[in-house]
Amino acid sequence: MTKAISVAGLHKSFGRTHALDGLDLDVEAGEVHGFLGPNGAGKSTTIRVLLGLLRADRGAAQLLGKDPWRDAVELHRRVAYVPGDVTLWRNLSGGEVIDLYGRLRGGLDTARRADLLERFELDPTKKGRTYSKGNRQKVALVAAFASEVDLLILDEPTSGLDPLMEEVFRDCVERERDRGRTVLLSSHILSEVEALCDRVSIIRKGQTVESGSLGELRHLTRTSVTAELAGPPNGLTRLPGVHDLATQSIEGGRGHRVKLQVDTDKLDAVLRSLSESGVRSLTSTPPTLEELFLRHYQDDAREGATGR
Amino acid sequence: MTTVTAAPAVRRGGSRDLAGTGALLRLALRRDRIMIPVWVLALGLTVVSLGSTMETLYETAAQRADVAHSMNTNGSLRAMYGPVFSDSIGGLVAWRIGGMAAVLAAVMSLLIVVRHTREEEETGRQELLSAAMVGRRAPLTAALLAALVANAALALLITAGMATSGQPAGGSLALGLGMGGTGMLFAGLAAIIAQLTESARLAKGLTGAVLGLAFVLRAAGDAASQNASSPLTWISPVGWAENLRAFADERWWVLLLFLAALAVTVSAAYALTARRDLGMSFLPARPGPARAPASLNGAFGLAWRLQRTTLLGWAFGFAFAGAVFGGIADAAADLVGGNEQTREIFERMGGQQALAEAFLATMVGMLGMVAALYAAGSVLRLRGEETGDRAEPVLAGAVGRLRWAASHLVIAYLGTAVVLTVGGLALGISYGIAVEDVGAQIGPVLGAAVAQIPAVWVLTSLTVLLFGVLPKAAAAAWAVVGACLAIGWIGPALKLPDWVLDLSPYGHLPKLPGSDVTAAPFLWLLALSALLLVAGLAGFRRRDIG
Repeated sequence: MTKAISVAGLHKSFGRTHALDGLDLDVEAGEVHGFLGPNGAGKSTTIRVLLGLLRADRGAAQLLGKDPWRDAVELHRRVAYVPGDVTLWRNLSGGEVIDLYGRLRGGLDTARRADLLERFELDPTKKGRTYSKGNRQKVALVAAFASEVDLLILDEPTSGLDPLMEEVFRDCVERERDRGRTVLLSSHILSEVEALCDRVSIIRKGQTVESGSLGELRHLTRTSVTAELAGPPNGLTRLPGVHDLATQSIEGGRGHRVKLQVDTDKLDAVLRSLSESGVRSLTSTPPTLEELFLRHYQDDAREGATGR
Repeated sequence: MTTVTAAPAVRRGGSRDLAGTGALLRLALRRDRIMIPVWVLALGLTVVSLGSTMETLYETAAQRADVAHSMNTNGSLRAMYGPVFSDSIGGLVAWRIGGMAAVLAAVMSLLIVVRHTREEEETGRQELLSAAMVGRRAPLTAALLAALVANAALALLITAGMATSGQPAGGSLALGLGMGGTGMLFAGLAAIIAQLTESARLAKGLTGAVLGLAFVLRAAGDAASQNASSPLTWISPVGWAENLRAFADERWWVLLLFLAALAVTVSAAYALTARRDLGMSFLPARPGPARAPASLNGAFGLAWRLQRTTLLGWAFGFAFAGAVFGGIADAAADLVGGNEQTREIFERMGGQQALAEAFLATMVGMLGMVAALYAAGSVLRLRGEETGDRAEPVLAGAVGRLRWAASHLVIAYLGTAVVLTVGGLALGISYGIAVEDVGAQIGPVLGAAVAQIPAVWVLTSLTVLLFGVLPKAAAAAWAVVGACLAIGWIGPALKLPDWVLDLSPYGHLPKLPGSDVTAAPFLWLLALSALLLVAGLAGFRRRDIG
């Protein structure tokens, strides 16, 4: 499969700030790719490099097989971009802006434009200054989804949208996927990423720390297990990958309650050890994306705290 | 949508309405910690230092009396600077720079007031502030107080500076108060206009237009009368400062005019602010079309849409100024006396042949210098689009950087040509009507206006260079344009060295109408302009956006 986006070892500094520090990103054609990371991790900088708005200091970046800096104009005919904070011209109506963006790209599907306006419940006759934050966001989204492009780059596109509109947004992304388009979705809304994305990349401090399908990433984290055992737990502490183990006798000496966290790829050994003690009940909770994500965020916060 | 609330319950004890004023004022002064001192020092020191220059230029009382006489008898000089009321050093300073400094104090004040009122609302920052313990009238009060601080500092600097360099204290005070008073007057006016528009840009533009109108009226009144007694001068707030007659038996009662006008404008602004919602204006937004017209077809369509109103406004202003100046040109020439020194100074100022031609040449030169303000503003729209995050999504479309820059630059360069052509046409036609010979006058006057274009383009290109290479310092273009205006305005009379005068592109233009034209200076200016433009665009292609 060809790559829609391929970035390797990207560096970009602003004065003394090192915004991108050898970032890698690979997005296959036709997939919805989640782009995650704490604030200031370098997501928007990466996107601006991909759009040819910033020039990378070092590293390779390709968009649809072309150079995002040199071939910017040619590429942008096939790319639609939605920033996280849409600013409109105060004296242009939303409808005018949508048409303008369509004309600045590969063209606009009029039927889809009308359909999207209806689904997003957007009044195209209002002037830029009178739209709320969410409605400004909708203007850019309608323009992007109605454009005839191969790749959509969405930078926190749903900020300010209400839950109903977020549903509409998800539906639109699904349709784009069905149409065979590629979507790069930078987002903080993990349920959104979980529902939409085929694969995700997590970046931190300008570097990619995880990349893969959600299943693959889950594999890298811990599952929490709670069990009631007939006999005392045996040798759990010696097993590799077990964390936060807590054992407790159930009142009246009728068994033991065990709580633990285990690295997901070591789950099998733990279950075997538990069953040796006679399992009465067992709940096992797979890691949520939140946990996965928080682990990286917290690492960041912790390092930030110790660094001070 | 209701933008205007019903009759407000005016509360007694306005202290709550003013809650937070102190904090907002400190915020405003903190934000303007560079801007206000630069304005005040540049303006004040220019005025004060002019005293010693005048002393060296005109050493004896007889020389000064002669200068004063010849200036007063020259209509074009009166139009530019106003009449000389006193041939003392202080009087000459007040004459030479007073009018201009008052206009600049007005510009400073309107920028301060709009910046801390409408701009805060437009950007949404005011909402956050007003949600805190900030009274309804606090933002406007803080903005006006910030303007007052700046104007008081300016008045103080001028008064103290003039008085310590040996000028009479009364005249020094009158000069300082005239500047500061004009500043505050336009602060009050900007406060009203900021209530009427939703856009800070429009508020600045409209207040600037009123200032321009006031200047034209003052110039016309002074050209028509030798002692600033024309009704035109009295209608114009810019004329009040000169009617204070600093250093010439000061007419202190004119200060009452300032106070009365300030009281009226400020209370009107408060009344308006109490009757509207935050962020709203009295000119409600109308719905726009649901589909874009065919003309909005890309970068060029967009740039035209964004800039056309401004261009129209400037063209209208130039047409008005041209018509007024053309109408008084003949009368202004009539009053000129024939002594030797008049002619000498006069030639240094502008023309070479007929006196009316000299007047027209001076006016055309003025239009040329003012056109640079349009050009710089038009080029800086690029920077405004960039910092306002509106350039990014356009450049993320299939629009090359050069194309995007060109879309605005075409309007900047051609717009300059348009406003000067319109101004020249209006000046020529109006003068032609006055002397009953439109056919013969229109050509030379229009040609003179068009001849200004290459000089303006040099400054246009310099702005492009700053935008392309030093985007964070792009606003310095205003300082460059201001310096060129200052050189043109006070340079010749100060007998500044030639190399200083040559720094301004206008210094290389022949005085038209009325002198010989060679191609060389125009070609040099055009070549320089092209060079700066190319360098600026090359820089822009290479740099990061944002």
